[in-house]
Amino acid sequence: MNRSRDVTALAIFGVFLVAVPFIKSDYLFNAILIPFIAVSLAALGLNILAGYAGQVSLGSAAFMAIGAFSTYDLLLYVPHLPFLVALPGAGLITAVAGLVFGLPGLRLRGFYLAISTLAAQFFVQWVFTTFPWFQGGDTSGVITAPPIFIDGFQVSTPVERYLLALAVAAILTVFAIALVRSRVGQSFLAVRDNELAAKVLGINVLKIKLIACAISGFYIGIAGALWAYLYVRTIEPAGYDLDHSFQILFVIILGGLASIRGAFLGAAFLVVLPLLLSRGGAALLGPNFDSGYVDLAEKIILGALIILFLRLEPQGLSALLARFSLNRKATT
Amino acid sequence: MDWSFLIGVVISGLLAGVMYSLVAIGFVLIYKTSGVLNFAQGSMLLFAALTFVSLHEEGLPFWIAFVLTLAIMVLLGVLIEKIVLRPLINQPPITLFMATLGLSYIIEGGAQFVWGTQVHQLDLGIADVPLPLNSILISQFDIFCAGVAGAIVAVLGVVLQYTRVGLAFRAAAFDQYAALNTGLRLPRIWAITWGVAGFIALVGGLLWGARTGVQFSLSLVVLKSLPVLVVGGFDSIIGAIVGGLLVGLTETLMEVYVGPFIGGGIDQWIAYALALAFLLIKPTGLFGQRSVERV
Repeated sequence: MNRSRDVTALAIFGVFLVAVPFIKSDYLFNAILIPFIAVSLAALGLNILAGYAGQVSLGSAAFMAIGAFSTYDLLLYVPHLPFLVALPGAGLITAVAGLVFGLPGLRLRGFYLAISTLAAQFFVQWVFTTFPWFQGGDTSGVITAPPIFIDGFQVSTPVERYLLALAVAAILTVFAIALVRSRVGQSFLAVRDNELAAKVLGINVLKIKLIACAISGFYIGIAGALWAYLYVRTIEPAGYDLDHSFQILFVIILGGLASIRGAFLGAAFLVVLPLLLSRGGAALLGPNFDSGYVDLAEKIILGALIILFLRLEPQGLSALLARFSLNRKATT
Repeated sequence: MDWSFLIGVVISGLLAGVMYSLVAIGFVLIYKTSGVLNFAQGSMLLFAALTFVSLHEEGLPFWIAFVLTLAIMVLLGVLIEKIVLRPLINQPPITLFMATLGLSYIIEGGAQFVWGTQVHQLDLGIADVPLPLNSILISQFDIFCAGVAGAIVAVLGVVLQYTRVGLAFRAAAFDQYAALNTGLRLPRIWAITWGVAGFIALVGGLLWGARTGVQFSLSLVVLKSLPVLVVGGFDSIIGAIVGGLLVGLTETLMEVYVGPFIGGGIDQWIAYALALAFLLIKPTGLFGQRSVERV
């Protein structure tokens, strides 16, 4: 991780790629780098909706679950479908789900989207637990993610899985950068900062919000598929709970709202924090160390950091890291 | 159709709704005066119940433990207002909401750090036994809860309507700038509001805790109350009551008559389905005042 600490934004990908032959430990790929990429992508998706367009969603984990299950079901029920087609397909399905749950909440400003996405959070988890069809009719146990084949080549070792995740992340990041600089991306900011003014400028506010919702869903769905297929390697509804949704939200608050690299910085922080805490706790307290306290300590620290960042550095780690660089006009 | 069964279901649904209302009132009070949707209300409830139970288990008598916990809750509420929210004044509502989300993590973690993570039993001395009433069974405990909620609403109503503090509260809720201009000290009103919300969290925590045991999941009642706010309207105490009753009723009816046909467990989301229906049809909720946020 040290290798990449000070590298930001796109340059990160080059470094992450070049770094591969030097990383000898599978643990680093399995436990840190792969979840880091998946979380970053989900955070990127949420940031498009919450950071840029100003619409806070509390259902990210549900949309990740939709992405994971859509990939699984597409591959299961559509014969001969390549993984690289199923993946964006799952993204599209998640985008549609995002629209369905976004519509009731997006007509108004404020907390309403938070509540309609909470609805998604509970409803989606219920659907996947209740109806066995989504798990291929089998509810007897946890489903192991089927092997991934790309043009006949099986992606199985940690390095291969990591490279696949990295490639997907690179493509989506480039697209996100282009998006936020585009007219649509600028409209996101206009809608976030002042809906009335945006409307006066001729922006179709509801349409812009729905576009943000759909694109965000696409990203989060793909992130969920990567999470399921490359990281946990099981297809199950457990794990995509409300806490997970909050974590993604915390990633973008800490990393920086309305910032592409913020999603990556925040994700790196959130993936590493629990590891640091448990290592640090074990080193400090020795054998008396109770891992239950790590979870509590992590909660308290996270909560405190959220409040501190909202108060002192609303632009997050991203702004902390590069104060000198001309950031987007300070808003919010 | 078994009418007495239906009536029993309706009554137990309404009584379950009272419990939701009780939590929702805490939300509405804070939202009305300061525009903050306090996600930490659920963790305040957990904190209050845990503190009370732990003090009580230490051997303190009921009332002393109650008063002590109340003092802690009021202090906590005032501190939250001072330390967390005051510096964020004039920030968009969503920022304030996210701050209370962080706050709920601190309170949940802190409460369990101090008092431990095990489940505590809480006995308020009111048996949770069914009371036969004309062949309809109603829990004695539910009736007690309804009584407590009713009393709180009545006291709140009287205080808001007939006292100076209540008048100041209504002025602040009606128009902050105008209230400030007439010389009202908004920070003091906010502090009082947070104190009262702490009290309501304590009462809610005790009632919920007696029913489900005092444990972490207590803080999740916040999630049951958000749909209540949508249904009733974010800024209406009456709305919180009616919304709570409606949510409780819908949940129980659907669970009994629809749930078995679609796999059960629908209580996880049925309140939210109701909230979504309201968002589509009547976005301000039943008693919500303004729709000026709509552009």
